[in-house]
Amino acid sequence: MTHELTGLLPELEVLRKDFPILSRTLAGGQPLVYLDSANTSQKPQIVIDTMVDHLERHNANVARAMHQLGAESSEAFEGGRDKVAAFIGAPSRDEVIFTKNASEALNLVANTLAWATGDLAIGAGDEVVITEMEHHSNIVPWQLLTERKGATLRWFGLTDDGRLDLSNIDDLITERTKVVSLTWVSNMLGTINPVAEIARRAHEVGAIVVVDASQAAPQLPVDVVASGADLLAFTGHKVVGPTGIGVLWGRREVLDRLPPFLGGGEMIETVSMQRSTYAGIPHKFEAGTPPIVEAVGLGAAVDYLSHIGMENIHAHEQAITAYALEGLATVPGLTVLGPLDATQRGGAISFEIDGVHPHDVAQVLDSRGIAVRAGHHCAKPAHQRFGVQSSTRMSSYLYTTPAEIDALVDGLEYTRSYFKLS
Amino acid sequence: MSQELDALYQEIILDHYKHPHHKGLRDPFEAEVHHVNPTCGDEVTLRVHMADAPDGVLRVEDVSYDSVGCSISQASASVLTDLVIGKPVDEAMAIHESFLTLMQGKGNVEPDEEVLEDAIAFAGVAKFPARVKCALLSWMAWKDATLSVVGPVETLEESK
Ligand SMILES: Cc1ncc(COP(=O)(O)O)c(C=O)c1O
Repeated sequence: MTHELTGLLPELEVLRKDFPILSRTLAGGQPLVYLDSANTSQKPQIVIDTMVDHLERHNANVARAMHQLGAESSEAFEGGRDKVAAFIGAPSRDEVIFTKNASEALNLVANTLAWATGDLAIGAGDEVVITEMEHHSNIVPWQLLTERKGATLRWFGLTDDGRLDLSNIDDLITERTKVVSLTWVSNMLGTINPVAEIARRAHEVGAIVVVDASQAAPQLPVDVVASGADLLAFTGHKVVGPTGIGVLWGRREVLDRLPPFLGGGEMIETVSMQRSTYAGIPHKFEAGTPPIVEAVGLGAAVDYLSHIGMENIHAHEQAITAYALEGLATVPGLTVLGPLDATQRGGAISFEIDGVHPHDVAQVLDSRGIAVRAGHHCAKPAHQRFGVQSSTRMSSYLYTTPAEIDALVDGLEYTRSYFKLS
Repeated sequence: MSQELDALYQEIILDHYKHPHHKGLRDPFEAEVHHVNPTCGDEVTLRVHMADAPDGVLRVEDVSYDSVGCSISQASASVLTDLVIGKPVDEAMAIHESFLTLMQGKGNVEPDEEVLEDAIAFAGVAKFPARVKCALLSWMAWKDATLSVVGPVETLEESK
């Protein structure tokens, strides 16, 4: 098979050397074929080195240390914020809030909306609209919010080919809608949603728009303004950064109107025993010592991605995804869940194989050094929609090679023969 | 690599998976439970039927179940029913205990074939931490259902 796909990143073998883990071997001396990047991405040396350097040479708390190390650490930490702001095209660095992960960012929004007063307040008769393809992190916080406030949760259904069913959009997004929250790219179906179009409709009725960009930020160029989002979340560990840090971006007008999330150090302006006043954004939402070295690492991570170019990464993902869809189609009894057109989807491909449970597929692949995910991928409702309890998911990234896709397809053939299906 | 796989997917396990014993929900039953493995979504609905035998000993008359999941979880439900149906409840609990010890032994426990019969095939599963939960799903469901009928027996040492 020839691997001259168009769109692949140039000098892929050289780029792969940036990721030390990719050259390790597994049990039995097998090379690693890592196809679980939608779960978490691998880290380039520059991110590892930047974090080690920070810990070795600059470690101090931020903002509250009046010494040289404190200044260096604060500068590195706030530098991470600048880099993230540039990465997503944020109009102001102050609109970038560091959280623990995407889940916390989404919970921050849902909780502060529960406490909001004025025109952001949510109550009985109000509606929050999500979709059936959300990750549990963008479902449960909204269930909690609507239950607590006596509001109603509604959602877009899905078409048989794994897209949002927008046919009833006028019925779903109405004067009663206060929030529309949706994923940009599905972590299960791979679908890329028309976020800007939905945001425009939501804004017409005065709703605020929350976008879960956890799977979009790693593989699409993100311009928060063009996206139409009022608030947008993603998680550091999927953009070649470390775990323990996530990002919430929000338009200043919205963030200013939301009440604080957690109370504590750093988020205040002044505190007396009776009451406190709060710092401005972003610090209003960052109580306590933040994930400092993680922010520094995330800064290095998004710089690394920008250096390669998000357009180029997107083209690479599309080429690999198209190649993978072609390869998977050759496996008898295999059904892909989600759009079959690579230009309409991201790099996560979930599938089923007749007669073999996803767990068993993943186990056999693992014995050949191939790492995929099996289960419901934190998207139980989307699995239910397609009448399946779980699926196997391969997900590629900028370091994935066509040869790795070949290894997957061979591994799936082997799985079928192992379970005596062919 | 395939050696390691074969240790996990013993022929006995694959047989039970393809041809599960006692599958399907049946009447009568005294308790029904539903257990799920939240990480992977495997599910089992399981019913127990017990009755006092003429000798006055409480026996497991039937265990019926409906389940979705991987080969390991399906086969272990099938093996469970083979082992406990017809046994005095006390003895079935002892078998449960023995299976639990095997599964939690990280591959260092020598299984007792007298007690565990086909279930010794699961010895290989104990070496795959991610799969131990699959093997235990229906066993935990059975214990839960049984205890809900007979009340806590002096509790068998059990860790997570
Ligand atoms: C679409 C989507 N949303 C949210 C999340 C949650 O990310 P985290 O677990 O880092 O909070 C993930 C990843 O698991 C995801 O894929």
